[in-house]
Amino acid sequence: MSPRLRLWLVCAAGSGLAALLVAACLDLPGFGGDRHPYGDRAVDASLARRTANTVASVNFDQRAFDTLGEMSILFAAVLGCVVLLRQTRDEHRARPEPAHVDRPVRRYTLLVLPVALLTGLYVIAHGQLSPGGGFQGGVVAATSLHLLYVGADYRALERVRPIGVYEVGDALSASAYVVTGCAGVLAGTAFLANTLLPYGTFNTLSSGGTVPLLNAAIGMEVACAVVVLLARFLDQAVEIEEVRSL
Amino acid sequence: MGVLPYLVAVWIFLAGCYGLATSRNLIHAVGCLAVCQSATYVLLLAVGYRDGATAPVFSDVEPGSRPVVDPVVQALALTDVVVGATVTALLLALVVQISKRHGTVDPDELSELRG
Repeated sequence: MSPRLRLWLVCAAGSGLAALLVAACLDLPGFGGDRHPYGDRAVDASLARRTANTVASVNFDQRAFDTLGEMSILFAAVLGCVVLLRQTRDEHRARPEPAHVDRPVRRYTLLVLPVALLTGLYVIAHGQLSPGGGFQGGVVAATSLHLLYVGADYRALERVRPIGVYEVGDALSASAYVVTGCAGVLAGTAFLANTLLPYGTFNTLSSGGTVPLLNAAIGMEVACAVVVLLARFLDQAVEIEEVRSL
Repeated sequence: MGVLPYLVAVWIFLAGCYGLATSRNLIHAVGCLAVCQSATYVLLLAVGYRDGATAPVFSDVEPGSRPVVDPVVQALALTDVVVGATVTALLLALVVQISKRHGTVDPDELSELRG
């Protein structure tokens, strides 16, 4: 298909789609309206189970089964990246050379690294209370480790980041989520139903029943997954070299 | 004003689609897919917005004292972001392999099959 014909086709189909979407938008409830039946019910359910952060309650209590699916997607994507970005037969691994880093950069990253790591862990731990949670905190914690790559060099990063440990951690935390769900079944309720643990005092770290446990499992899973994912891409960029082109 | 945020989402989605269809570089195409996906964030958050409302987090807001925005769509937006990030990572990994095997990232030059 010639580029010109393709452009015409895109414009024709795009304007049709645009007309349909605009028609759909005009029929939606008005922006900023006061009618949110599902939202109101989610807030009530969250407060009944003493979870201060309603979004965490929706994710890890009311829609905990969906979050299991979401976590599986993340797990599968990491698995896919590990398989796709492996070292092939016609490639070899070069030792990365130590790189020169300016002193202000080095000082700044070494100063920020512990702060960023602590912030990530804080966001995970307070997922059921304040904005944030396992997904967000996990990403912050995982990327904070990579400040070492910016501030020192790749070998320093590899020393604090044994990939095998993080791959095991990824699998362990994914199974921890499922095990927490199965605990509900063994206790005589439903899979991932938040009726197992006492709900605790509102707005304290231990409130919300199984929400903090599932949140912590997700936090660890996301942190490990991001570390493994970034490691595979960094390996491609820094270490793996092609011997001959096909 | 009533429908403007929805129309913004439509505009972002169509801009992403146009970029996807006319892309001459697979990395650019992955970026366009991310643009399409960001339209869904705008749409979800626009659907959940309520005038004068605050975040649905009650750690420092007395429950019932203020209206809050819809937490369900916020949770959906979070799911959306996670899925978007994983899809982007997987697609970029595919692009790395395509670039190695075929020596090009132009989708128009990728017509031949190769084992």
